[in-house]
Amino acid sequence: MQKGMVGGPEILARLVAACSVLLIPLGATRAAAPAASKVTPELIEAAKKEGKVVWYTAVDLPVAERLGKAFEAKYPGIELRVERSGGERIFQRIGQEYASNIHAVDVVNSSDAAHFIVWKRDGILAPYVPEDVALHYAADQKDPDGLFASWRVWLSVIGYNTKLVKPEEAPKSFADLLDPKWSGKIVKGHPGYSGTIMTATYQTARDLGWDYFEKLAKQKVMQVQSSTDPPKKLALGERAVMADGNEYNLFQLKEKGEPVEIVYPKEGTPLIVGPQGVLKDAPHPNAARLLQSFLFSREAQQLMVDFGGLRSFHELVKDKPGRKPLREIKLMKDDPAAVEKQADEIKARYSKIFKV
Amino acid sequence: MASRALASRFRTDLSAVVLALFAIVLCILVVLPIGWLVVFGFSDRSGKLTLANFRLLFTDPAFIQPLFTTLVLALSASVICCLVAAPMGWLVARTDMPLRRAVRFLVMASFVTPPFLGAIAWELLAAPNSGLLNQLGRASMSTDGGALFDVYTLPGLIFVVSCYTFPYVFVLVSNALDRVPSDLEDASAMLGASAWRTARRVTIPLALPAVAAGALVAFLQAMTLFGAPGILALPAGFHTITTKIWSLFQYPPKPELAAAASLPLLVVTVLLLRAQSAVLGRRGYAVVGGRGGEPRAVRLGALRWPALGLCLAILSLPVFLPYAALLNAAFSRIPSQPLTSSRFTLEHVRFVFTELSSTRLALKNTLVLALLAATIGTLLALVISYLTARAASRGHRVLAFLATAPIAIPAIALGVGLFLAYTRGPVVLYGTLWILLVAYVTIELPPAYQQLQASFRTLSPEMEEASRILGASRLRTLRDVTAPLLGPSLIATWCFVFVAVVRELSAAAILFTSETKVLSVLIFDLNESGDLAAIAVLGLTMLFLSAAVIGLANVVPGLTRRAMRAERVLPSTWAATAATVRR
Repeated sequence: MQKGMVGGPEILARLVAACSVLLIPLGATRAAAPAASKVTPELIEAAKKEGKVVWYTAVDLPVAERLGKAFEAKYPGIELRVERSGGERIFQRIGQEYASNIHAVDVVNSSDAAHFIVWKRDGILAPYVPEDVALHYAADQKDPDGLFASWRVWLSVIGYNTKLVKPEEAPKSFADLLDPKWSGKIVKGHPGYSGTIMTATYQTARDLGWDYFEKLAKQKVMQVQSSTDPPKKLALGERAVMADGNEYNLFQLKEKGEPVEIVYPKEGTPLIVGPQGVLKDAPHPNAARLLQSFLFSREAQQLMVDFGGLRSFHELVKDKPGRKPLREIKLMKDDPAAVEKQADEIKARYSKIFKV
Repeated sequence: MASRALASRFRTDLSAVVLALFAIVLCILVVLPIGWLVVFGFSDRSGKLTLANFRLLFTDPAFIQPLFTTLVLALSASVICCLVAAPMGWLVARTDMPLRRAVRFLVMASFVTPPFLGAIAWELLAAPNSGLLNQLGRASMSTDGGALFDVYTLPGLIFVVSCYTFPYVFVLVSNALDRVPSDLEDASAMLGASAWRTARRVTIPLALPAVAAGALVAFLQAMTLFGAPGILALPAGFHTITTKIWSLFQYPPKPELAAAASLPLLVVTVLLLRAQSAVLGRRGYAVVGGRGGEPRAVRLGALRWPALGLCLAILSLPVFLPYAALLNAAFSRIPSQPLTSSRFTLEHVRFVFTELSSTRLALKNTLVLALLAATIGTLLALVISYLTARAASRGHRVLAFLATAPIAIPAIALGVGLFLAYTRGPVVLYGTLWILLVAYVTIELPPAYQQLQASFRTLSPEMEEASRILGASRLRTLRDVTAPLLGPSLIATWCFVFVAVVRELSAAAILFTSETKVLSVLIFDLNESGDLAAIAVLGLTMLFLSAAVIGLANVVPGLTRRAMRAERVLPSTWAATAATVRR
């Protein structure tokens, strides 16, 4: 995955990717994507023969394992193994493994949509369009060549522990976090490990300037790795406020009765999209396709929403009551193409500012 | 006659072949990864010779800061370990303090605990706000004031590292004092010195070299440790050199910088070990000659129980408190809440064993690797120490050198070296369990070798000579005569390697792939997403696994005759080896 210099065709490829990637309205003319694939008895049979499937994902571990068990229950005889880590580490892992010709991964989901631009460019994804994706996903949520689609969507939010912070005193915006009263009370994720935080850092730096992070770094921030961790540190009571991290973990914790609350910052909330695709060199190609179809099905998407607190682009999936719908939230605009270009710079700059 | 002569020459030749074979194996284990480290450290991206990596390493604040932090960490941990472990070693070896064996056993329990697990346990105990001790402190003082303890600081890290490094010093000191014969002390007493004066003028000077050696081992250990800093340094907001090396594998990977940053660790280790042997000589702290009587116990009188209390208080830091915190986290709804009947849950246990799909694979990989590494490592060490102890063939010195050389290679540097050596052709081991096996055997060979080497010295060669006179080959003699005599040592060595492999993280964190994940790496990954409860369950499982295997190995039929019970075998025979291990 170590790419050389950016050449002419690559720029072109990037432009194409930039136009085609998620949430960007598409033109009317477009080459036809591969035909939609149904889950046929033959596919199930072939998948069962393979008996195994490996899913690299950045989604919070209990959510991933719950979906995995649902898959195994529906297709007995196929053992699913979840390999969970932060989006950036998944990217690193696949890079390292593919560089040594190790093809262990069947289906991959990242929390950094920019990774799919790279993987598409590297030609390691297989075209496969599950029937649900063809029928129930908007055109701007799927790759025109059928290599991936938006499996999940969520936000990186501010949060606080309600036992430690009164609602009226809670921060309302990113700017509020710079108040000296939060010094030593903030926890946040790291863009070197988490795709969510990478995406959120890009959007926040773009909209508020790096100045914001430089000031935030002076607040004696507790630095953790994954975007799934800050919500857990809030629930532990280890820190009062989180500067970034997953909205969906906070939904889960809140609905279990833990003392956490979500804040959608005034400046806008970073929007994170996690695409998913099947690998061309998947060691279990049929099981991989079966899993991809299952995970995009209404049933799995609803489970992901209900149990996991995530949001879905599947048009038949219903929001869980009590959760604020996306359309009521002021969002920052996501831009995977820009993240792809700036990722290394963002990591380097962030490490310099936060010293880790 | 001719055929017999031929046969005997054939036998001798076989030994030579074995020697050559082992020399080659050792070269592959040691020379190859180090060679690649050097090549990469002095190359730029395109493979051209350059010093740029080192220039960056020693000028960029992003590297100087970790280097400095590591130095402070290693020095402080070394001093703390000596201050704590030396008096404890003396209490256990030379006084009539009660429950001395139990104390030794508990020290070994802290040795078996992997530092990364200890670090996570101390997060549960001493995170500034949610830490159980801090909650307790706030409740008992009913204030909202600051934290009593903050583990997310450099002193916090130094403390945790010391907790899991002091056994090395303890073992060296208590072992040295065990062997101080009482006749020297008797002489001192007969000349009219008081017990305390004898201790001051005779016993302590005899123990000083051991303390010095312990300080050195503790320094090296703390310098090259990855596990505890890997857990605590990031939230604390700094890097040590080992966490920095690890982070250089983040995308885009910078293997040449990782190699360059590993080399100073290697150089410092080699220099310090050389300095040690120059100062202490080859025999170190051993008292020359003499089978003295039983060491004389200093009577503590009324201080007996307070002394024990002190030891147990110290041991609560690496053992009692951390395990209590892990148990609490494993069964409590939220890890930071003290367990009550209403908060008790088996949910985490259920999750780890029925939902977490990596558990089985990691358990299997860990078991397979630990069993293989322990067996291969012990066999290798047995043959090599036989060849060297009996000076069985020319070139045995080379063998001895190669077998001890990996001592100087910090595990994380070895991990980087093996990664560089085996991710490209001709032999790609990355992605297989082999690369981990190679790493583990390499890391554990020196302690295994030194232990068996020491056992050979206590074994007189007469029986082997008898066997050879009766016509058996060297290898057959080794198998039929020597190995059975070495039974308990072999078991202890095997157990030692097994436990060390189960708790290894530094090399594994660099070398694993998704199919070759081991327990320690799984736990480390779970830490990334803050799944503390699952970590607690897995950590306790890991410990149980180690304990069970040690227990089983000590009741293997046929080998148990001379084997003592585990708690007796381990402290005494691990003594020499523990000191040379680094993780």
